Amino acid sequence: MLTLGIDIGSTTSKCILMEDGSRIIAKSLRIGGLGTEGPEEALQDLWNETSYTRDDVSRVIVTGYGRNKYEGADGEVSELTCHALGGRFIFPDLRTVIDIGGQDAKIITLNESGRMSNFVMNDKCAAGTGRFLDVMANILRMDIDDLDECASKSEKPASISSTCTVFAESEVISQLANGVSRPDLVAGICESVASRVSALARRAGVVPRVCMSGGVAKNSAVRHALEKNLETEISFDPMAQYFGAIGAALYGFRQLNK
Amino acid sequence: MAEEVKKPEEVKKPRKPLDPNSAKYKLGKIASDAFATAIEAKKQGKPVAWVSSNFPVEIPETLGLATAYPENQAAGIAARGAGERMCEVAEADGYSNDICAYARISLAYAKLKECPEQDVAMPDVLLCCNNICNCMIKWYENLSQELGIPMIMLDIPFNPDYEVSDAQVAYVTGQFWDAVHQLEDLFGLKWDDDKFQQVTGFSCRTSRAWLEATAQAKYIPSPFNGFDLLNHMAVMVTARGKEEAGEAMETLLKEYKQNHEKGESTFRAEEKHRVMFEGIACWPYLRATSRGLKDRGINMVTTIYADAFGFDYNSFDEMIRAYCSVPNAINLEKSRDKRIKLCKDNHVEGLLVHTNRSCKLWSGFMAEMSRQIGKECNIPVTSFDGDQADPRNFSEAQYDTRVQGLFEIMESNKESKEA
Repeated sequence: MLTLGIDIGSTTSKCILMEDGSRIIAKSLRIGGLGTEGPEEALQDLWNETSYTRDDVSRVIVTGYGRNKYEGADGEVSELTCHALGGRFIFPDLRTVIDIGGQDAKIITLNESGRMSNFVMNDKCAAGTGRFLDVMANILRMDIDDLDECASKSEKPASISSTCTVFAESEVISQLANGVSRPDLVAGICESVASRVSALARRAGVVPRVCMSGGVAKNSAVRHALEKNLETEISFDPMAQYFGAIGAALYGFRQLNK
Repeated sequence: MAEEVKKPEEVKKPRKPLDPNSAKYKLGKIASDAFATAIEAKKQGKPVAWVSSNFPVEIPETLGLATAYPENQAAGIAARGAGERMCEVAEADGYSNDICAYARISLAYAKLKECPEQDVAMPDVLLCCNNICNCMIKWYENLSQELGIPMIMLDIPFNPDYEVSDAQVAYVTGQFWDAVHQLEDLFGLKWDDDKFQQVTGFSCRTSRAWLEATAQAKYIPSPFNGFDLLNHMAVMVTARGKEEAGEAMETLLKEYKQNHEKGESTFRAEEKHRVMFEGIACWPYLRATSRGLKDRGINMVTTIYADAFGFDYNSFDEMIRAYCSVPNAINLEKSRDKRIKLCKDNHVEGLLVHTNRSCKLWSGFMAEMSRQIGKECNIPVTSFDGDQADPRNFSEAQYDTRVQGLFEIMESNKESKEA
């Protein structure tokens, strides 16, 4: 039995095709989330990669910021539940998910049996989200995916004291003008995100095993800063960005088997 | 648990005229009359007071002083969509948008002296009590300066202790009588002990009926939609010392009891889950916040915000203690315990916290308090950003995700229990 999970975020769209709720058949990711061609393109990539069509899929579940606007699914579930399910699929002893997405950050706690028991999300401010990194990468004229490597060359991470994205932008510009090196600035930016998210995580309560999900999970500088702040190991899987879509596909399977 | 993507379109039914014997009609009339009465008094050359919401209503009511409540007015203006316009007037005059939006709206009104969404009579005196918050003092001081009218301050400071001390009662009692004497001197009014006894009787009668009505949420399903309380509480703020308010609240109580007996409710959906709402209502988005819950079968059955305006007492001393014990004047432990009681009494399954950008005091300690409530009651907690009157501080998409997450946990908890 095939189920499809679609995660339409604010900046990317992800699809996961799953067989019997246990095996990932195919995945796809496109830049562009809600309000773009991203979801349809990601879906088309998935069909192109496999020999399946929509008719072969027993249930389609959509999640993410764009879930309410997408009309091609059989149901929708919040990204909170999906990240919990997807994370637990990859790490069976998972108890805490730190999800940093394009426009929000969430700490999701799971009970021993793997059910989501609580969550804490960021406030309206973009600090501590992927958008913050996006804006900073833009100022530094860097690709967001290169921040990680750049930060690894830092000798003394710069201190970014503003939590506001707009104020931090001018702070970074003035530090650049004062000759602070690019790696030190990038490392400081990553630590700033980690610091903000750590406060949220402490509020929620951090129980190991902890993992990261969402696009920012790929950034090891943020991940390591979080590990240092929270004094706990944070698991990472290359599929971290797909946890929401995996969770949606799993959710669809569980619904059919109730 | 998953939500079907296509929701049935809502068919709007024409509104039926309200039964004049219904609580909704009576309470609505009292709330609107409160504004009209003060406007009429002003026309007749009588003095009008602008009063903060938890100021002892017994004082102006006993003295026969016409009143208007700026917080109530600002809520009405915000609910009718004019919050941003009025806030911008105040901001253009230099008031920071970090200041309480009720204050900004009120200060804008003091300048414009009109707002079609909710006009009030202009004041001759300001009656300020800071048991609701300390921002109130500066707000009223500025009104006093701008309008050139006296301000009478009744200081009820935040109480860091669990109980109200005798010293605090003595401190507030002294100010109570000082406020009375100042008003007598200002407007030639005369305090009458018999009238005072009558007013306190009305106030307690109204409060008892109100608190008993809100307590009907102990039944499953609840005989009412908690959002009703947010509308009805206007009477508790503006008119609890009036005889007709007691009668209307008793009608409300009777209706809720009848609803329970008949298995009916004003919550127009199947009640799948029950939550406590924390904080002042997000008035500019009342429909969106209510609908986000109702569409998922979540009934907001209780909120401390509604119960905060019920003052029941048996003596002068108890009355003063009641005014010293309103939600924003008490410490975290006492605030927490009151809410835990509400959660347990009303079988609450989740807590939805409005992080109200206007109300720093209330929202500031909610992060820790809600954590403690969630732990003690073993319920999930979520919060959303918003504002009681400034629409620029709310995102419907963010609200929706948080409510859906809360719903999914409550569903999951229910499934676990049933299993």
